[in-house]
Amino acid sequence: MTVNEWIFVGLFLALAWLLPATPIILAKFLAPKRPNPIKQQVYECGVETMGNTWVQFRAQYYIYALVFLLFDVEIVFLFPWALAYNKLGLFALFEVVVFVVLLVVALLYTWRKRALEWSS
Amino acid sequence: MTDLLIDIGLSRGLAVLIAKTLGVFALATVGLLWTFFCIWAERKVAARFQDRLGPNRAGPFGLVQTVADAIKIILKEDIMHQGVDRWVFNLAPILSVMSVLLIWVVIPFTPTLIGVDLSIGVLYLFAVGSLGSIAILMAGWSSNNKFALLGAFRAVAQLISYEVPMALAMLVPVVLAGSMSTQDIVRSQHVMYLIAAPLTVLIFIIASMAELGRAPFDILEAESELVAGYQTEYSGFKFGLFYVGEFLHAFTVGLLIAVLFLGGWRGPFAEDVPALGFVYLLLKSFVGYFVVMWIRMTLPRVRVDQILDLGWKFLVPLSLVNLIVVAFLWKILPGTDSITSVGDALVPSLVLLAANILMIAGVGVLLREEGRRERARIMARRAAQPVSEPGSVADTAPAGAGD
Amino acid sequence: MELTVESLVFLLFSLITLGGALMVVTTRNLFHAALFLMLSLFGVAGLFALLTAPFLAGIQVVVYIGAIAILIIFAIMLTPQVTAVPPTNSQWIAGVVVAVVLFALLATIVTPLLSELGVEGWGAVFTEKNPPPVPADSIARLGEAFVDPQAYMLPFEVASVLLMAALVGAVMLVRPARGAEDEAPQTGAQE
Repeated sequence: MTVNEWIFVGLFLALAWLLPATPIILAKFLAPKRPNPIKQQVYECGVETMGNTWVQFRAQYYIYALVFLLFDVEIVFLFPWALAYNKLGLFALFEVVVFVVLLVVALLYTWRKRALEWSS
Repeated sequence: MTDLLIDIGLSRGLAVLIAKTLGVFALATVGLLWTFFCIWAERKVAARFQDRLGPNRAGPFGLVQTVADAIKIILKEDIMHQGVDRWVFNLAPILSVMSVLLIWVVIPFTPTLIGVDLSIGVLYLFAVGSLGSIAILMAGWSSNNKFALLGAFRAVAQLISYEVPMALAMLVPVVLAGSMSTQDIVRSQHVMYLIAAPLTVLIFIIASMAELGRAPFDILEAESELVAGYQTEYSGFKFGLFYVGEFLHAFTVGLLIAVLFLGGWRGPFAEDVPALGFVYLLLKSFVGYFVVMWIRMTLPRVRVDQILDLGWKFLVPLSLVNLIVVAFLWKILPGTDSITSVGDALVPSLVLLAANILMIAGVGVLLREEGRRERARIMARRAAQPVSEPGSVADTAPAGAGD
Repeated sequence: MELTVESLVFLLFSLITLGGALMVVTTRNLFHAALFLMLSLFGVAGLFALLTAPFLAGIQVVVYIGAIAILIIFAIMLTPQVTAVPPTNSQWIAGVVVAVVLFALLATIVTPLLSELGVEGWGAVFTEKNPPPVPADSIARLGEAFVDPQAYMLPFEVASVLLMAALVGAVMLVRPARGAEDEAPQTGAQE
């Protein structure tokens, strides 16, 4: 039964994190705790922090995440095809080529529009 | 194990549960303890690359060094500065280590020993790989530190850029084996996929090293640039956990290379003596691990925009083309849907090898042309720049001199 | 309802899904909301795994948690801090009452009525104790269906067109045509 195979993964997720967590809990008892105001300061190269930590970040990160999302979905579509590939005919390959080419065209468009540049 | 428990008198369900729980703890413990050895090996190899000895005081050949370091780091104070988000701060390193340990669940150690032979093995690997980026975002955000947040963003941007080529490279063994299960992929490698798809291995290694955040892609923790990136505010064992996660991940990449491309536990007599299969796997993964360390020790750090360019503009199209070409050849070569022995696999593998060499040569030519054009562009730009004040140090040729 | 391991696991994952979703809308901290969203999506992945649809569970983690949730977190980071807005307003009691009444109506009256009328997808199918087992090669069959002209080939290709349109649209929104803009020298591009 296929549910059985996921039991191991489920147990792993539920239990295996206890192993790395144990030394952390151990450290809570063993390590010294001497907080003082200087140590409690946020690190900013030895200078006082200025301004809110919530700084507005660049839109370029969002574009990378968006392009990643699209290619992620494309890969998800490619997985069943790759699995069934040996049983399919050559026609299947051409269909997938069409699929991939459309997305490569989209990538080239993004490239040309200079949306993949790190510096905005 | 399960039968033993049933014989004691426990019901079947409970016996299975207990057996699996023990398996979980065994796997996780072995994985974490193996890190001690990995860190030692890494330090020794790094030292030799740099013409020095590495740790050799603590214990024979310095083997105990890592244990000593671990004990020391547990005893260090865990500083949680103001504004830190406790829950997320504590969870991030654990999630980081878990995302690596979860990979070990589907690694086939011997023909019979595997955590669980998931039918979606490769998809599972892909899914677990994406958990690491979440851990980094959690670490960076909860630190309440601009540098950490900035570092976390750059890290995640790099990680997601290289997940696409990595997944596309992992699809090639799926096509060649006709199954996503890691055990099936190992079983179908009568001839190593390294021979049938070397370009894929190259793409996988490059993408994995970028996923690891290793040199030459170690902008994530470039001490001179971002202090410690998203790990800036971590101290004590939580920092140690990030360290552990990174080194374990490096070895796990070696394991994955061995399983997906080098044939896993395959070798002479591996089917009859499972322990021998384990030894083969270990040797092969060390080969992969050594290559990763080698590249790390040899190449200088790449700039962040160059990293992202390499990912999106080079590796993604290349891995797509590679997948299509391999799939195409696999379909038109006769006899590829019923491979049961080395003999069956030899001819298609060699044809694929030839095609791969052609592709690599083509890529090389492309890169050379692109390099020439880039150099010409830089020369032209330097020639066009106005000459700076006389007497200042300028490396540009005087205007008009050209190349 | 009998107490099998399966139903317990189902209960657990349902609690994770619903609990996570509840926390998403009630927590004040936006980042925590994003993390709870990931937890809720993970619960859905667990439910898929329980339904012996491992492929869907895998894609759920890959696409939703690995890409969409990260996109959401990036979007959160790009907006100014919005923790001053309280999650509830003065009408929340009325809202809860309406929600509960609607749920009761749907569960007790609408669903049995529609299942009796034989409307597809309602009622009867959900009470089957032993549904037919999922074929072992379901993912391979999905792959075959994707490229079969009689099956789902057209939606498959249209999906790629949709993705392309999404990317082009996003690029156009973020980077409107900059024909005359000067190109900065492409040396050492720093942040």
